[in-house]
Amino acid sequence: MDYGTTYLVLAVIFGLFMAWGIGANDVANAMATSVGSKAITIKQAILIAAVFEFAGAIMAGGQVTSTIRKGIVDVSDLGATPEILVMGMLAALLAAGTWLLIASNKGWPVSTTHSIVGSIVGFAIVGIGADAVQWGKVGTIVMSWVTSPLLAAILAFLIFRSVQKLILETDAPLDNAKKYVPFYIFFVGFIIAMVTIVKGLKHVGLELGGLEAVYVSIVVGLAVMFLGKFLISRLEFEESNDMKFHYANVEKIFSVLMLLTACAMAFAHGSNDVANAIGPLAAVASIVDTGELSQKSPLPIWILFVGGAGIVLGLAMYGRKVIETVGTKITELTPSRGFCCEVSAATTVVLASGIGLPISTTHTLVGAVLGVGVARGMSALNLGVIRSIFMSWVITLPIGAGLAIIFFFILKTVFT
Amino acid sequence: MASKNYLSGIFGPSPVAPLQSHMSVVDQCVSKLVDLFENMAKGDHAAVEKVYHEIAALEQKADDQKHLLREHLPSGLFMPIDRQDLLDSLRVQDLLANRARDIAGIVVGRKLQFPKNASIRAIELVKATVATCHQALKVVNELDELIETGFRGHAVRVVEAMLIELDDLESETDRIQVELRNALFEVEKDLYPVDVMFLYRIIESIASIADDAERVGRRFQIMLSK
Repeated sequence: MDYGTTYLVLAVIFGLFMAWGIGANDVANAMATSVGSKAITIKQAILIAAVFEFAGAIMAGGQVTSTIRKGIVDVSDLGATPEILVMGMLAALLAAGTWLLIASNKGWPVSTTHSIVGSIVGFAIVGIGADAVQWGKVGTIVMSWVTSPLLAAILAFLIFRSVQKLILETDAPLDNAKKYVPFYIFFVGFIIAMVTIVKGLKHVGLELGGLEAVYVSIVVGLAVMFLGKFLISRLEFEESNDMKFHYANVEKIFSVLMLLTACAMAFAHGSNDVANAIGPLAAVASIVDTGELSQKSPLPIWILFVGGAGIVLGLAMYGRKVIETVGTKITELTPSRGFCCEVSAATTVVLASGIGLPISTTHTLVGAVLGVGVARGMSALNLGVIRSIFMSWVITLPIGAGLAIIFFFILKTVFT
Repeated sequence: MASKNYLSGIFGPSPVAPLQSHMSVVDQCVSKLVDLFENMAKGDHAAVEKVYHEIAALEQKADDQKHLLREHLPSGLFMPIDRQDLLDSLRVQDLLANRARDIAGIVVGRKLQFPKNASIRAIELVKATVATCHQALKVVNELDELIETGFRGHAVRVVEAMLIELDDLESETDRIQVELRNALFEVEKDLYPVDVMFLYRIIESIASIADDAERVGRRFQIMLSK
């Protein structure tokens, strides 16, 4: 193929740019709840994010990557001109990256996922034809943008109510917190391990059978559960008969465990959002590599590394400042609430990653926050934000598509 | 890059601490009435006037806090308590301070003094009223515990017990009020009629403070039942 190497280099650069942007901006939202409730310091947040975003991207990021790479566009009509897809994917990356840069500058609630999906669809309609878009799959993805915050909200509602029932409304909240909180941790560890093993690891070339997966997940769940218990046992509590101190102590327990849920959030975010950057890169790489459109080849692991590295780079260069800004603004969130939100958001996102649905981590988190709010757990929530999120959906798809079309024609002119 | 962030934007300013701080200022303001009435009984007009200024300053402070809280309570906020209940509670709290200032104003303006026997009862009534106000403050201060537990379980039982005590304290003020009116009635023929009229008005206002303190508690009962 002409320009094969050029295409690949460009795709790597654009993919890195996109991953960098995700690391710089998006990760902050995943970590901010933990930082905001003072469960972890900013330094810890960056360290956790770097390790677990990377791990999430590599161990569980394959499924969503493959959706972005080949689930949205039907390439069977392209035949002898695979360059069209290459340029289209490059244009989509540029479009989404540009739009995100503008949006985050303005503080608009724009999602990386929505931008990239909109961009790919836009290029496909103009570059190949409306028939080339797998509308059924796109419909499922768009539906998941509604259902994922909803699922997170329902989960958060149920988890918070159970925390109320088992811990907060009892006469001995501290003892009950010590007793029950480790089980929540087990639940998170188990789900994440299960999804990763069943759906994620096959992209890395590891495959475990059904029962084996369950066993390993239980072991992972137990491991984090004991880690949680250990962290709790190191805490020192001020003894007092005053109920106020009891609640302060209970919050301390949740605060320590937000260290673990922060890891889960970073892992979940890495597993879902890295695909936005490297899905298009994977498509380009496969075409350049084989010269054809088959896309049957498995995902090369180096591509996942590019995504993970980009995120960590963005995080290191810029993320600190954003985490600081967002974190210091979220002070109204107490650890018990933050814990419920993170548990449900991380679970929802990882499940979506397993099914291969690209969703927005931040919107899912917003859904979880609202779920706790409905259970009368938040002192004040600003519903105006929900409206602006809906607006951003309506705006992001056409703008992403429009930009992708423009970049597509520019690239086409340059390379022919 | 991300100067504004929508995730942090979702967390509105909590009205709990401002509401509690307002009630605490109101409680200080009402508590000054004890000083006022003791100095009044001694006939120390200079001291009465000094206390009046303190009460007026506290009332002003409460008023400012009220406005600040109202400004920070946009209608789009989603709260575990009804916005209207919260605003009502705030209004009634503020009314307590207003009444305290009105009483002090009348006492200073007219250089009022209760006749000897009634004066002891009057101080007793003020003290009992201040006690209901303290109790109302205690209830308001439980609001963060209520939110912590999500309006369930232990914290609710604590507040319910406090509300019962609040009712008892208010009934006590009713009882003292009757005694004070009787004491005043016995000697009113010998006093300047206009002064007597204002003395009755003061008694009424003090009783209203106790009533309103109880109303603050009742607002909480409504919040709990939702």
